[in-house]
Amino acid sequence: MKRVAWVVLVAALTGFPLAGGNFYINLASQIFIAVIFAASLNLLVGYGGLPSLGHAAYLGMTAYLSGWLYLKLGLAHSLTAPLALAGTTLMAGIFGLFALRATGLGFLMITLALSQVLWGTAYRWASVTNGDNGLSGLTRPAPFGISLDGPVAFYYFALIVTVVSMWMMARFVGSPFGAALRGTRDQARRMSALGHNVWLIRWVTFIYAGFWGGVAGLLYVYYHKYIHPTSLSLTSSAEGLLGVIAGGSGTLAGPVIGAAIIVILKNYVSAYIERWNMLLGFVFVAIVLFMPDGLVPGMRRLWARWKARSPG
Amino acid sequence: MQFWIIQTLNSLALGGLLFLLSSGFSLIFGLMRIANLTHGALFMLGAYVGVSILKFVPNLWLAAVLGGLVIAAFGALIERLILRKLAGNSLGQVLVTLGIAFILADFCLMVWGGDPIPVQTPESLRQPLVVGGVAFPTYRLVVLVIAIVTAFALYLLMERTRLGAMIRAGVDDMQMARAVGIPVSKLFTIVFCLGAGLAGAGGIIGGPILSAYPGLDADMLPLALIVVILGGVGSLVGAFIGSFIVGIVYTFGTALFPDLAYVILFLPMIFVIAFRPRGLFGRQQ
Repeated sequence: MKRVAWVVLVAALTGFPLAGGNFYINLASQIFIAVIFAASLNLLVGYGGLPSLGHAAYLGMTAYLSGWLYLKLGLAHSLTAPLALAGTTLMAGIFGLFALRATGLGFLMITLALSQVLWGTAYRWASVTNGDNGLSGLTRPAPFGISLDGPVAFYYFALIVTVVSMWMMARFVGSPFGAALRGTRDQARRMSALGHNVWLIRWVTFIYAGFWGGVAGLLYVYYHKYIHPTSLSLTSSAEGLLGVIAGGSGTLAGPVIGAAIIVILKNYVSAYIERWNMLLGFVFVAIVLFMPDGLVPGMRRLWARWKARSPG
Repeated sequence: MQFWIIQTLNSLALGGLLFLLSSGFSLIFGLMRIANLTHGALFMLGAYVGVSILKFVPNLWLAAVLGGLVIAAFGALIERLILRKLAGNSLGQVLVTLGIAFILADFCLMVWGGDPIPVQTPESLRQPLVVGGVAFPTYRLVVLVIAIVTAFALYLLMERTRLGAMIRAGVDDMQMARAVGIPVSKLFTIVFCLGAGLAGAGGIIGGPILSAYPGLDADMLPLALIVVILGGVGSLVGAFIGSFIVGIVYTFGTALFPDLAYVILFLPMIFVIAFRPRGLFGRQQ
């Protein structure tokens, strides 16, 4: 049963560009980006119990770094990508040193403040970031000489990156380290008494999450070929967090489903009304009030109840 | 000379506004253990509501009081109808306040439009105060005085009244406070109202300096966060000192290095987090 489901999923994802028009293919690419972003945030929020409200910092930083290196230094994509990721990972390491001085709401406030500082700087430091105009004139890379300019090519590129990212994050969570991480979330003091270095576990997770947030940022800047301070904004972080919580934090499938719903909602709704931020706010309030566990655990509970009722 | 005096006054006035914003934020955090992320939006809503009130009541101070009351009532609704439902789930409460902040920001954009709306300085305060050949902008001095008076009033409220004693007890040990019969949940509403009202009134009082514009919330909220991280959660003295530190650093940062004002703002915060994670005046939890 489970194997069949996987085969169907793989076939659907591979065959999707044959069936869908360009609009849907691009929508799917955007979903992939949001999925990596939400999944990386989920490492902190769901598995580490560390509610970060500044995750857009890593997406935006990678996007800005990659764009700036390309435009101002004229470096090739084969150099800008690793340099941008390395820079972002380094920044995650430094931010982690400060954010992890606290846990819980203190952590949330520090991550929020740090990302707002980046956002404000991106707006005001116009000589580097081009301020409110953003960095435009960017291009997509052409790995192995294959141009990614068409929507189908980009779809497959994003799909491959997403599969690799999700696999790496699933491995991370499933490893003994991941078990230790969940231990620090549930019983930090006991983990400490057992000889685990709680702080170090959290710091490594923080960096790892920042790195994958950066990978999402790289795809983001390739997709849009443009970067604006709003990608670093609180709204951007909040969309990611809402994806995690709506889907179900601390599950692998949750952020995938949550992020997909948010992207679809955003694209469809903004075609009809301008008030995306207001809708985002209402969805936030509704999810927290009525579905605090998220969709995936909620559905799982329904499924278990249904199975228990109908034997066989 | 004039530059330094003006910038010093600007930073003190900004510090005063920040105190109006962050004292409530800090008290709410201290008592209810909620980082109220609507606080920036309440400040902005206050500014816009004030703009509308000023059309009917041509007096800034009256508008500030009325607007503050409107925002306080709104705060009471948020606390009673939404936050109350999520008691004990502080992450959920924070996320809800974030959702409300988005709704409010978009609501302001919808009602008052995207262009900044200037707020007139009261007629009597437009003339600069000239002392010894140096001109001081009067309105900024008045804002500073308002902040100091508010701080003093809050201090008296917290230290010299029964209500203040109950709030302090709730901040220190909520379960114990409940056990000795203090109506902590009523305090929640009162403190949330008070914090919202101060933020709203602050928005109008700040109007002549900052004006009302979309994004005012996103500009003010991080400043309030940094004040509270600096000063320590739940501490009035911390909020007071923190506000003026942030006001001074931000104003001089903007004047001297306009590109990097936000980065400079970040330095005192890093320093405090690195050496005193609970803030300058925060208590050990």
